[in-house]
Amino acid sequence: MKFAIQVNEGPYQHQASDSAYHFTKAALEKGHEIFRVFFYHDGVGNSTRLTTPPQDDRNIVERWAALAEQYDLDMVVCVAAAQRRGIVDDGEAERNGKDATNIHPKFRISGLGQLIEAAIQSERLVVFGD
Amino acid sequence: MSEEIKKFLYLNRRAPYGSIYAWEALEVVLIGAAFDQDVSLAFLDDGVYQIVKGQDTAGIDMKNFSPTYSALGDYEVTKLYVEKESLEERGLTVDDLMDLKWEDEDEDWAEKDSIILVSREELAKVIEGQDVVFSF
Amino acid sequence: MSELHTVNKSPFEKSSFDSCMAHVLEGSAVLLYEDGVYAATKGTAAAAKVAAAGGVKFYVLGPDLKARGLSEERLTDGVEVVDYAGFVDLAAEYGKVVSWV
Repeated sequence: MKFAIQVNEGPYQHQASDSAYHFTKAALEKGHEIFRVFFYHDGVGNSTRLTTPPQDDRNIVERWAALAEQYDLDMVVCVAAAQRRGIVDDGEAERNGKDATNIHPKFRISGLGQLIEAAIQSERLVVFGD
Repeated sequence: MSEEIKKFLYLNRRAPYGSIYAWEALEVVLIGAAFDQDVSLAFLDDGVYQIVKGQDTAGIDMKNFSPTYSALGDYEVTKLYVEKESLEERGLTVDDLMDLKWEDEDEDWAEKDSIILVSREELAKVIEGQDVVFSF
Repeated sequence: MSELHTVNKSPFEKSSFDSCMAHVLEGSAVLLYEDGVYAATKGTAAAAKVAAAGGVKFYVLGPDLKARGLSEERLTDGVEVVDYAGFVDLAAEYGKVVSWV
């Protein structure tokens, strides 16, 4: 079955991103297709490569990235939500005159239409939030 | 891309301003309108506060996004289900809500109410009838 | 269309569980996870609502239960424990997922 995943919360503050990750991983391991994971609201914070959790804790960003690497997962960060919260890729840095980027290369910034498209194309939308 | 039209429901359960969920949910609705799906919005629990009239955010230096709800009709988003019990629990009536209208192209642009007042039971059935439910 | 409703909030802190229960229809299921697992424990105000919901199946996410020090003996009768793979199965089995975040 084809799933779309929506993640509404950032890492660490709330369990939502952890739950979304475990659900996504379990679905992939069962042979389901994940059409897209869409990060919205504070969920865009899951995409910063600059996160540095203590060594004895999980690295939520790298964990998502590893899953994306293994399964060729499409992980999309909402551009409007990202701009508000300072999640920046090369294109956004250039467009908005920012002196740095912070997005992890396994994530990509795109529009809200990607969430709608995912909901249309998938058989199930599963929302994780607070 | 020939796709069947899906029934989308946006579930609004949070009050505005205290968090950004309501505003960013509305942004999804506006973008989503371009995809020509069968769209409905549900306002229940604190979500009914989103469409209360007379919002003035000047004193908190935040954008007053409530006028955007009035524009939804222009985006062909015309079904706004409001739960009666949620209003009552909060001491509100429909008169406390913005007068949200849409113009029916098929009836010589007659103005119609976008707000559909439903009971909890009716809303449960509305949710049941959807293909996709977005939560924020 | 039958639905899988998910609740991830403690019923003692937020209204998500109550709101879910007010809208769940016969033939549907409720999955309690994250802090929502507290709604699955007996002897609580939530337990009576679980017991009163006829024709609704209740599931609780085992890993979240264990993390919070709750044994399965604490569960309200009829609540079934699933793991993440079981969560996926439920999401696929029911016609759609309604998240009461």
